[in-house]
Amino acid sequence: MAYYKEDDLQRFVEIGKHRSDLFEKFMAWYQACQAEGALTRREKALIGLAVAHALQCPYCIDAFSQSCLEAGSNMEQMTEAIHMASAIRGGAALIHGLQSHNSVDRVSM
Amino acid sequence: MSTDLPVIQRQLAPTSSVDFDEKLAAYGRELRASSVDTLQINVGKLCNQACKHCHVGAGPSRTEIMTSETVEQVLAAIRRFRIPTVDITGGAPELNASFRYLVRQCRSLGCHVIVRHNLTVMFEPRQDDLPQFFRDHRLEVISSLPYFLEQQTDAQRGRGVFEKSIEALHRMNAVGYGIENTQLILNLIYNPVGAFLPPAQQSIETDFKRELMNRYGISFNRLFTITNMPIKRFLEYLRRSGNEERYMRKLIEAFNPATVASLMCRNLVSVDWTGRLYDCDFNQMLDLRVAPELPQTIVDFDPEKFVSRRIRTGSHCFGCTAGAGSSCGGAVAMNTQNIK
Repeated sequence: MAYYKEDDLQRFVEIGKHRSDLFEKFMAWYQACQAEGALTRREKALIGLAVAHALQCPYCIDAFSQSCLEAGSNMEQMTEAIHMASAIRGGAALIHGLQSHNSVDRVSM
Repeated sequence: MSTDLPVIQRQLAPTSSVDFDEKLAAYGRELRASSVDTLQINVGKLCNQACKHCHVGAGPSRTEIMTSETVEQVLAAIRRFRIPTVDITGGAPELNASFRYLVRQCRSLGCHVIVRHNLTVMFEPRQDDLPQFFRDHRLEVISSLPYFLEQQTDAQRGRGVFEKSIEALHRMNAVGYGIENTQLILNLIYNPVGAFLPPAQQSIETDFKRELMNRYGISFNRLFTITNMPIKRFLEYLRRSGNEERYMRKLIEAFNPATVASLMCRNLVSVDWTGRLYDCDFNQMLDLRVAPELPQTIVDFDPEKFVSRRIRTGSHCFGCTAGAGSSCGGAVAMNTQNIK
């Protein structure tokens, strides 16, 4: 079976069926983050797209891809954002190679 | 344009159950005209292009075109009622044999004349002097350029259209259009290249001005963002691509009551190639004529009867009220806050 269903994106609000107080707090925070502020709506959408890829959340990737288009970004800009997220994620994995090196060094002659 | 939150949606009603008039009524509004400042004349469906988003379904094989007799009827109405603004559209209106006559007559009557010019038509036979013609008659020119990059523009308007459009814009600039202090107005239209809403008009206009100047040395006056209407060829695309329900939901959820006061249908009357009357060019393409109690043709037109008329609506009207709204003059509201 498919664990991820596109229609579930529309059902997010159902999370609030239990502990609605916590969900309402999340919603208020989420909405406040989305509002245009020191960063533009377009910049925030690109950040969202990059983070969505780093988290590999299919719902967020879909939603923020649409948001980026509707904020005026083009595929070149969106792809650069995806590469940024991927490169940082790749770098973050690679830097942990030193943990491995340290571990090996600790027991090596 | 829309401030829809990604991921989280609060409303789940099926789009087919949402009625535009009921939606307006829920906000204590109804859609009525406020004046008749503009006569929008669709002189026919013939076009040298066949764009994928076209709500007219215009193209090179279309034969519906306004005759010189109907043009005279339209001019008689303009003359009699001193209509201040004439907005000429199509198809490519320049391909109508009476186009230049219509323009000259309207200008001699003192009308402000807008032409919806697709740029590439000036490369058709006997059309290469269009920039000079526009300039000589001081027309306001509104031209579609869906994006400042070739890939997106050609994807919507056909292969090679971007390159021709850039050359056409150079020619328009060369005669003074879009150049500061010439008073020759060249406005561009942004349409989303796909099933999504346009971005904030001011934001994307800044991008267009920067990119068209830096890449091609082109200048223009304003960029208008227009939402793709779920009509004709764009509706066919939505259905073919499985996007219809999702797109309609997007339009409905982005409904913004602040747009209603400035909708173009409140100030214009639309006339088709046969002389029939409509509340807007979109209704025209759906054959949704003005309310039955009103005169139905340009021959019987009387603006007194059209002021404050009830405007006929359909689900496509959500296209004009989504986010910052959409009209032939672009976005209509600054407030894009969603109210659901």
